[in-house]
Amino acid sequence: MVRINGTPENVAGMTLLAYLTEHGYALRRIAVEYNGDILPPNAYGETFLQTGDQVEIVSFVGGG
Amino acid sequence: MTEQAWQQALLQRHGAELHRKFAAAEVAVCGLGGLGSHVAAALARAGVGTLHLVDFDTVELSNLHRQQYTISQLGMYKTDAVQQSLAEIAPYCRVIPHRIRLQTENLVLLKDCHIICECLDSSESKAMLVNGITAQAPEAYIVAASGMAGLHTSNTIQTRRLGRRLYLCGDGISDVAAEGTLFAPRVMLCAAHQANTVLRILAGQMEV
Repeated sequence: MVRINGTPENVAGMTLLAYLTEHGYALRRIAVEYNGDILPPNAYGETFLQTGDQVEIVSFVGGG
Repeated sequence: MTEQAWQQALLQRHGAELHRKFAAAEVAVCGLGGLGSHVAAALARAGVGTLHLVDFDTVELSNLHRQQYTISQLGMYKTDAVQQSLAEIAPYCRVIPHRIRLQTENLVLLKDCHIICECLDSSESKAMLVNGITAQAPEAYIVAASGMAGLHTSNTIQTRRLGRRLYLCGDGISDVAAEGTLFAPRVMLCAAHQANTVLRILAGQMEV
């Protein structure tokens, strides 16, 4: 299981990019914390989700 | 008033240890709108030693409903206007203005900062800063904001810690595009969460 935004999901083996695309995330408006560190967007495609990973996906909304 | 008198007043309020930590800090405020104009004032009042102020824009009449500017500052660059205000609030705070639009290519400007406050307006800019800053300032903490639009309850504005170096303030969902506008108190609540998080990090209190 991979824990994504606090919820265990059965997505081990998938790339992060595939997960984000499949779930309709707007890539230009998100940041991803991958096991405690901010993952550069150019690494999404080469990051294979593994059992035990902790992923937090932040979808920013406008206003400031 | 001398710098010594000003420092002494802060030291009496905060104690020597905290005062030293705040005074030694170099913090960036990226975006000087409803969030950043208030974050900058709060950090200067607390005695943060060096503030980088980043914005490309000028003060407009439509900003006054939520941003920390005055009529006499209309038309000024926001970096100049905040610098002017901070001179009245905290004259010995070292201010480094950057009148630029932040992009991945110029984030290197912030490489010496201990903490970066993301106070930008658009969701794309927020993501750009959070995603790009690690390459330039890998040791810096980032205090970002997302979701403070509309006239919703105060009590959904929160601070979360995500991973080692990222803190996120706001309700996470109230988008100005959907809500129509922002109101001063709720933006200030979010700005206060950001400024408080900065001071807590500087004090070594890392959890939220």
